Amino acid sequence: MYKTNRRTFVAGASAAAILSGTRVAFAQKKYDEGASDTEIKIGHTNPYSGPASSYGVIGKLHQAYWKAVNDRGGINGRKINFITYDDGYSPPKTVEMVRKLVEQDRVLCTFNTLGTPCNTAIHKYMNQKKVPQLYVATGASKWGDPKHFPWTMGYQPDYQTEAVIYAKHILANIKDARIGVLMQNDDYGKDYFEGFKKGLGKDVGQIVKHATYETTDPTVDSQVIQLKDSGANVFFNIAIPKFAAQAIRKAGDIGWKPAQYLNNVSASVAATMKPAGFDNCQGIISSQYLMDPTDHQWDANADMKGWHDFMAKHMPDANTADAAYVYAYSVAHLMEQTLKNCGDNLTRANLMKQAASFQKYRVPLLLPGITINTSATDFYPIQAIRLVRFKKDSWEQFGDIMHAESS
Amino acid sequence: MRALPSRKWVTVLVALAIVIPLFHPVMPDLVSNYRLFLVSTMIIAAIAVLGLNLLTGFNGQISLGHSAFYAVGAYTAAILMDKLDCPYYLTLPAAAVLSFIVGYLFGLPALRLEGHYLALATFALALAVPQILKYKWLEDLTGGVQGIVLTKPEVPFGLPLTDDQWLYYYCLIVMLILYWAAANLLNSRSGRAMMAIRDYKIAADTMGIDTARYKTVTFGISAAYTGIAGALSASAVAFVAPDSFGFFLSIKFLIGLVVGGVGSLTGSVIGGIFYVLVDNSAQALSTFVKNDLGLQFDLSAYTVFGILLIVLMYLMPMGIAGGLFAAVRRLRRS
Amino acid sequence: MEQLLEQLASGLANGAIYACVALALVMIYVSTDHLNFAQGEMAMFSTYISWQLMQWGLNFWVAFVGAVVISFVMGVVIERVILRPLHNAPVLSVVVVFIGLLAICNSMAGAIWSYLIKEYPSPFPKSAFGLAGVIGPHQLGVVLVTLIVLGLLFAFFRFTPLGLAMRAAAQNPQMARLVGVRVDWMLALGWGLAAAVGAVAGIMVAHIVYLDPNMMGGILLYAFAAALIGGIGNPGGAVAGGFIVGVLENMVAYTGNQIEKLTGVYIIGNGEKLTVALIIVIFVLTLKPAGLFGRVVVKRV
Repeated sequence: MYKTNRRTFVAGASAAAILSGTRVAFAQKKYDEGASDTEIKIGHTNPYSGPASSYGVIGKLHQAYWKAVNDRGGINGRKINFITYDDGYSPPKTVEMVRKLVEQDRVLCTFNTLGTPCNTAIHKYMNQKKVPQLYVATGASKWGDPKHFPWTMGYQPDYQTEAVIYAKHILANIKDARIGVLMQNDDYGKDYFEGFKKGLGKDVGQIVKHATYETTDPTVDSQVIQLKDSGANVFFNIAIPKFAAQAIRKAGDIGWKPAQYLNNVSASVAATMKPAGFDNCQGIISSQYLMDPTDHQWDANADMKGWHDFMAKHMPDANTADAAYVYAYSVAHLMEQTLKNCGDNLTRANLMKQAASFQKYRVPLLLPGITINTSATDFYPIQAIRLVRFKKDSWEQFGDIMHAESS
Repeated sequence: MRALPSRKWVTVLVALAIVIPLFHPVMPDLVSNYRLFLVSTMIIAAIAVLGLNLLTGFNGQISLGHSAFYAVGAYTAAILMDKLDCPYYLTLPAAAVLSFIVGYLFGLPALRLEGHYLALATFALALAVPQILKYKWLEDLTGGVQGIVLTKPEVPFGLPLTDDQWLYYYCLIVMLILYWAAANLLNSRSGRAMMAIRDYKIAADTMGIDTARYKTVTFGISAAYTGIAGALSASAVAFVAPDSFGFFLSIKFLIGLVVGGVGSLTGSVIGGIFYVLVDNSAQALSTFVKNDLGLQFDLSAYTVFGILLIVLMYLMPMGIAGGLFAAVRRLRRS
Repeated sequence: MEQLLEQLASGLANGAIYACVALALVMIYVSTDHLNFAQGEMAMFSTYISWQLMQWGLNFWVAFVGAVVISFVMGVVIERVILRPLHNAPVLSVVVVFIGLLAICNSMAGAIWSYLIKEYPSPFPKSAFGLAGVIGPHQLGVVLVTLIVLGLLFAFFRFTPLGLAMRAAAQNPQMARLVGVRVDWMLALGWGLAAAVGAVAGIMVAHIVYLDPNMMGGILLYAFAAALIGGIGNPGGAVAGGFIVGVLENMVAYTGNQIEKLTGVYIIGNGEKLTVALIIVIFVLTLKPAGLFGRVVVKRV
């Protein structure tokens, strides 16, 4: 359907071949729609309005990031034209906006479009149009399926893998576990829960209570009471920071002391643990793949310092306690590197090829030891996480780096 | 009731709406597939707002629950296509019938409620439907939180049209039929009864109008219109999920209704267009303010959206249709 | 049995939150005849103001009073500037303006204070009162404050000439004007008072649900139901309505749980508790269309 806009520079080809002894180069400059000698167009959707507007900070960081890249002179001499639209976290609006990006603005690819339902709505479209849908901002497990959807790639460790790791940890460490699960009643919660059940395998009967909440619920107090009453001695908390913190605090208030597992979504010191009260948080187990900007153990880390410098320079008004800025920075860095690796061959096919050829590549702010690995059959860039345990006022890592394969 | 625009103008507009998309092969950039799709979503929104207008504008019953009927229509269409391989055009009547039934049944208890209480009841409906879609025992049917992915309608009879051209015509035909039906309904004896109930309920009662029946049937018809819009949207977007049908959607229909013009059929169409445009223009405005005016404060699109609404109501408290009619009248007089 | 008690207590505590916000809604309804959709977001904004004052080093109660006063002024200003030109506009147009206000308050709070949740202190002593394990000290405090605000409002409307004038201005503006009430200022005053009550509600709620720009979204839904079931023009009814909704909701979930435990079949649970609670509320309303404690208004034709 789309038109390819290939220009060949026969005359320049030989010169380029001579000049490019060091960098990854191609004899010819090749372009698809959205790329040219001077510009690369990238599309993005994100909720900036409505109930999910708290994710808006991700889009704001991307805007600042690409502006900074352009100030440095762009990528291989090309400026990045980053176009971001508000979809209000509504799938029909995402479809409208992404069609605008692809057909009207003619972007080379989309990048880090946010939300599981929103990405599901455009999944088929992007693959029919053969436009890369790179590094989507959702942890659902369906984004790494190169056989059926060769134009879509995820970024973060998927929720199912993470949940499987918790399940294995529970089975290995807690005798006669009786597990209570608190779950947000949407696709995000469901994905974790499915993975968790898979991880428990034949011991799935150990789940004695499964309580759900809606994001419109003012509190989850009632659910926590139900979990306590079920006699559970393990508590798996699948909730976003606000409700996770409420649940941890409520458990403390009513004197329920299970072994607690907290999903990575809420593993932020500032957003979850501090509001819940450090007293209530001791010993909680969670997992991480990125550094938490509010965790003091990283204060002297070079990556973290670089990030703080970036924030101070390009987003001086932003609240640096927000872990979403760390997430967005890391994924934007990966995108920058992917484009760099494309060299002068900025076709959509090559973009996907480069995205699928990272070997042990380190993106800043990933936990030490965690790297990006992709291949033609592996469309999950980050698959490793580390288990962490909350101690005093920060996360303490323990055990080895866990891979989905090893679990 | 306000005068409808003259027949001549309607004919011209409809002719333009039919002819312009045919220019797609000649001017692929101006009449692009994306723009056709955008106009299709406007038409769909217009139908939904039209449904709400029948109830609120012409019968005086407020509803914050039309997202629910939209969802019923969309899911009816999606389930029929997904589970029964039903062709997309057959889903419209099914969606209409089912939405009518749901609306009619809901209209029964609503009879006893007025004003704010009716607003609450419909509001509850808007909250309940996404929950019901996620309900454990319905998951096999509705796909639960994951929703249902569909395929887009294909061009029939080997017509030389693109998918988006066909979708556009499909939506346009449906809207023209529904608009025509609504105009006829309102000009009939029943339509006058509906409006009499809105304006002088007790008088209508004493004149022997069966107010209860009219109100419930109006509720059903209104729901059917919005349900058809929902079914069209399921085909257009090719995806349904509970997240698409939250309470915020009802609010957007309401905004479309008020901004377009309460109690005006033309207003509904304007409202549908506005419904789609307002988000996009708020975004454009906010980037304009940030980049071109160089304002330091981070003015988000959501803030601009709020300001736009207030300014519009300030300038045209009777909606755009009302404002336009007033302006035309003033011009004629001078 | 223990769970039943805990669920009841937690329902009452939640109910106090709904009651607080419902009071603000009733306040504006009594004085201006409108249901303000932006009430929750305005309360959230006020709460942020008090938080900011505390960040600047003020003590809790000083910040509390400061935020209430600032909110009062804000309410008056909003009425005079934004709603005054719309006095003759249709109700639905005013509703759309409220939605606009909601969007502005929400996004401005996010832009100024970010969307990250913040902890908010509780003014009540940690263990001085409260029934250990069943209901926390803050929750009891909220119930108390709600009842105090209710008492103050009741006294204001019943015993002061100003309160009487405000009621008159809302119910029959023309007659009120004839007897010398300055109707437009009464409306502005009503907005100011509603914003002030909203600020109290927000400050009480923030410790429980944490402070963030979307904190009131869910609560406002419940507050509407509470205000309406109690009879929208009746502050006492609104408070009772709040407690009813809070307890009812938890009882629905509790009953569903017990049924599942006894029979092993899932019928209703946490996902459906709001829906079922609302169905019950609406069913009650169809039997008593003016709310549980509302008076039926006889209309003249």
